[in-house]
Amino acid sequence: MIGFVLFFAWLGFGGDYILALATSDAGPHAYHHVFPWLGIVLTLTAIITASYAYKTGPEKVLWSTGAREVIDPQTDGERQLVNVVEEMAIAAGVARPRIWIVPDDDPNAFATGHGPGDSHIAVTQGLLSICNRAELQAVIGHELGHVKNFDVRLMTTLAALVGAVLLVRDGMGRWMWGRGRVASKAEEGGKKGAGPLLAILLALWIISWVIAPLVTQLLALAVSRRREYLADDMSAQFTRNPLALASALEKIEGATAPTTSIKRGAAHLCIADPLGRHFTNHEGWLGDVFATHPPMGMRIAKLKGMGYAQLKKEGGSFTNSALA
Amino acid sequence: MWVLLIVVVVAVLWVIGAYNGLISLKNQTINAFKQIDVQLKRRHDLIPNLVNSVKGAMDFERSTLEAVIQARNQAVKVNASGPEAVKQISQAENALSSALSRLMVVVERYPDLKATGNVAQLQEELTSTENRIAFARQLYNDTATQYNTKQQQFPTTLVAGMAHAAPADLWEIEDQAERAVPQVDLSRR
Repeated sequence: MIGFVLFFAWLGFGGDYILALATSDAGPHAYHHVFPWLGIVLTLTAIITASYAYKTGPEKVLWSTGAREVIDPQTDGERQLVNVVEEMAIAAGVARPRIWIVPDDDPNAFATGHGPGDSHIAVTQGLLSICNRAELQAVIGHELGHVKNFDVRLMTTLAALVGAVLLVRDGMGRWMWGRGRVASKAEEGGKKGAGPLLAILLALWIISWVIAPLVTQLLALAVSRRREYLADDMSAQFTRNPLALASALEKIEGATAPTTSIKRGAAHLCIADPLGRHFTNHEGWLGDVFATHPPMGMRIAKLKGMGYAQLKKEGGSFTNSALA
Repeated sequence: MWVLLIVVVVAVLWVIGAYNGLISLKNQTINAFKQIDVQLKRRHDLIPNLVNSVKGAMDFERSTLEAVIQARNQAVKVNASGPEAVKQISQAENALSSALSRLMVVVERYPDLKATGNVAQLQEELTSTENRIAFARQLYNDTATQYNTKQQQFPTTLVAGMAHAAPADLWEIEDQAERAVPQVDLSRR
């Protein structure tokens, strides 16, 4: 959040500084850039979009998936969902999240919100129909792990910021295009000998603009992948049943169709990549850089390892008590 | 001189941090313990309604239902205080738990029953109620263990006295029958 605002401050004030350098040795009647309005405007824009994104993020994400809130459960499935969510909220020691159902036949689930006090959990209709109670519990445990770690706050904010950066960049790009003369002036200034400083700053500044959306997106991805393992662990801690999550993930993986109602912007919030992208399932640098989720196979293998270790331990205590 | 001052400031800051960490864990532990009570109370309130809703469908198992009601009334009545209180409460609650699990077994035994809407709903509600209590206890045990570990570990243990931190008891199964490992017969017939 602060990094985002500082980044925009650099984009703005850096631009001002470059313009000031470029125009400083122009003639007495030419334009002199003294007041850093570019920096002020951009920083303010960053602060406003950031806080707006933070406030309305969860609503926007839920709205974009067409989810409906379960307030008064009607069917047995909905009643079970509400019960399971309330049970897991007790296990995690967080306030009961608001519960939503996404009308989509592909199994998936995501959490959003601002933290343990104010959170939302959404599952698709498909998840409800293919998972048994233990599996549903494990999936909800995974989502509440995200809630308890404040991942939801981070991820929801990032989701909104990625959009905001793109918007501002495109707007600025158009404006710069219109003022091409300034840029050429800046180049002249560089040639005239305003120093190599100007040239370096200009280059850095332009590169920052170009990579801004990429950086925010990659940041979101990196955070997301590390957090998935952590949330899997927490689900196992809450349910004490890692094998249930493993089998739920296998079922989700088995349903190959992409979750059409969950858009790209919310992809990193989900339990499984809703876009069904191929590189999500491969290790290696491509998957490392671009996938929102760690490979499903790795997650399942890890959970199964946990589950078998648990079974072995229980088996051990069984033989002990049998001997005693 | 300056080095000494910096060392003192760092030490004081650390003590404040460790003290506050212990106090926060202590309060979380107390809260987690109260959550168990909340869930037990919820179970007491829920049982009469649940049993009433299936009375018609399960008339032939009246004794099981009555055992549940009786155990529930017994558990509500326990209002003891003093050193024996926790023991009495957990005894009554364990009796109620085993009456409920007998009811669950009965429901499982008659697949036709589950077709009746009320009974399927009863089963779901009972499962959820028992899960809530189990998860509340689990949260309490996890939090209390974290609290105990923190106050015994060096160097936090130096501050433990100041924070009046004492090891919290973990929740254990009182009932010997519940502790026993269930016998599973895997031989083919």
